[in-house]
Amino acid sequence: MSLQDYKGVFVFAQQVDAKVSGVTYELIGKANELAADLGTDVTAVVLGSGVKGLADDLAAYGADKVIIVDDPVLAEYTTEPYTQAMDAVINEFKPEIVLYGATAIGRDLAPRISARVKSGLTADCTKLEIDPEADPDSGLHNLRMTRPAFGGNIMATILIKKNRPQMATVRPGVMQKLEKDPSKKAEVIEFNPELTKNNKYVTVEEVVKKISDKVDIMDAKILVSGGRGVGSKENFKLLYDFADAIGGTVSSSRAAVDSGWTEKDQQVGQTGKTVRPHVYFAIGISGAIQHVAGMEESDIIIAINKDETAPIFDVADYGIVGDLNQILPLLTEKVKAVLADK
Amino acid sequence: MKIVVCIKQVPDTNEVKLDPVKGTLIRDGVPSIINPDDKAGLEAALQIKDETGATVTVISMGPPQADAALREALAMGADEAYLVTDRAFGGADTLATSYTVAAGIAKIGDFDLIIAGRQAIDGDTAQVGPQIAEWLDIPNVSYAEDIKVDGDSIVVKRQYDDRYHTVRVQMPCLVTALGEMNTPRYMTPGGIFDAYREKEVHIITRADVDVDDDKLGLKGSPTNVAQSFPKQLKPAGVKETGLDAEGAADYIVAKLKEKFVI
Repeated sequence: MSLQDYKGVFVFAQQVDAKVSGVTYELIGKANELAADLGTDVTAVVLGSGVKGLADDLAAYGADKVIIVDDPVLAEYTTEPYTQAMDAVINEFKPEIVLYGATAIGRDLAPRISARVKSGLTADCTKLEIDPEADPDSGLHNLRMTRPAFGGNIMATILIKKNRPQMATVRPGVMQKLEKDPSKKAEVIEFNPELTKNNKYVTVEEVVKKISDKVDIMDAKILVSGGRGVGSKENFKLLYDFADAIGGTVSSSRAAVDSGWTEKDQQVGQTGKTVRPHVYFAIGISGAIQHVAGMEESDIIIAINKDETAPIFDVADYGIVGDLNQILPLLTEKVKAVLADK
Repeated sequence: MKIVVCIKQVPDTNEVKLDPVKGTLIRDGVPSIINPDDKAGLEAALQIKDETGATVTVISMGPPQADAALREALAMGADEAYLVTDRAFGGADTLATSYTVAAGIAKIGDFDLIIAGRQAIDGDTAQVGPQIAEWLDIPNVSYAEDIKVDGDSIVVKRQYDDRYHTVRVQMPCLVTALGEMNTPRYMTPGGIFDAYREKEVHIITRADVDVDDDKLGLKGSPTNVAQSFPKQLKPAGVKETGLDAEGAADYIVAKLKEKFVI
């Protein structure tokens, strides 16, 4: 088996409760670019139970082939059966690249697989591209995987030169999905990996879903984000009022979550979520590099902070040095007035 | 019951600053700490020890300076400490690191439970824990919010993005701990005394472990850093410093209109 025998860009098509996770479509979008550069195609691999119906949507978002492993043991994610299934897919179909979402599932599955197939894995990539230069040893065009290191202070580009598949995880919100095209069809392959129960199987005794009626901050077009400078949980009311007025969603920095003012699922940044809304309001957020890593791709960044030297002003398109307690209520009223006139 | 806790000594990345002129990392004066998720894992192990009388062994792979992290773990209440260190292990990526740590754990002897932190703040990969479990051919449960011992199994509250699972896993097994799981205890004065005077940090080198040299260090690492560079921030925009609250609100409204947001 030589490196040249591995072909195709594969995406682990994460689904939960037979619903495809958003990051899957983002990865298929990126996989299309990589496959075009390599002259190959894109395969989505769906593992789950009752998931055959997902192939159409995966095709519509750009998968040329869909491999389906449908087994009741894959209904809820657990490490070993998913690893066995993905390992069998890799051994059978020999992809040159496999992409996973850097989710609480992908960040458990991908490392376990990397150790099983004995190949490399790069975590939380923010950029993936095919090397225009051929590798001098293999003659192949390697995948260049770029990721932040040292808490986002530096970026590193990683190569896997002597092993296949080349594997990477990508955080949700980093890549962009293609426009949905329902006329696209994929070749569907049902695959039986012959899953075998062993000492590494675990028992899921209880599944507790978090009920949330809030808009996911990753889907919001306008985010009103608060940090330590907001000062208290009560004071976040200013942000909620403004968000209501402008049709936005409230998010926050880690400092606000740690202070108990906001919930973990509202956290933007390195250890929270990566967002790219149309408008990001950074209110009382100093702009630590870990926070900026999660929001710098926003189209328009507007910052309000009383500290003129706050690093958030280095990334803001429009920065206001001033007191959020005075500015925000006025801004809420003025936005309401403008929208009422329409 | 025997628990092994994997810890990593890391630079406190919250203290790392960029040199604004050269664009390089300023590492001088940055303190080294026990990685926060690992420290939470150690605390979880010590709580099990308090309840059941389990023994807690800490293991770390790293340069000789990582001795300080292991002494801190001893001072918090760990029973034994091992430092896996050798030039042959240097330059390892996550796969080679996990292989080496797994070999170190095998060298120490039997274990029931291995606890590792979910991820380290200098690399943020979350890979080494699950990979150690694979090398040792045992189950792993990642992202633990809570760990309880129940007979010959462990019951873990496992966090996902939209849910949690209560998972029962047979020992021997590996669990990766989330930093928010607990608040690690402080070292005690007696513990500090013992850690430096009474206890020793055992050293494990290449000669002590049964390994394949091709899987160690730089040579055993499928991933290689081709290039590293300071992060490019987008150019700064406009900063208005002289506006009163009314003027600031008007300014933002004008920009929102200009960009067709409202």
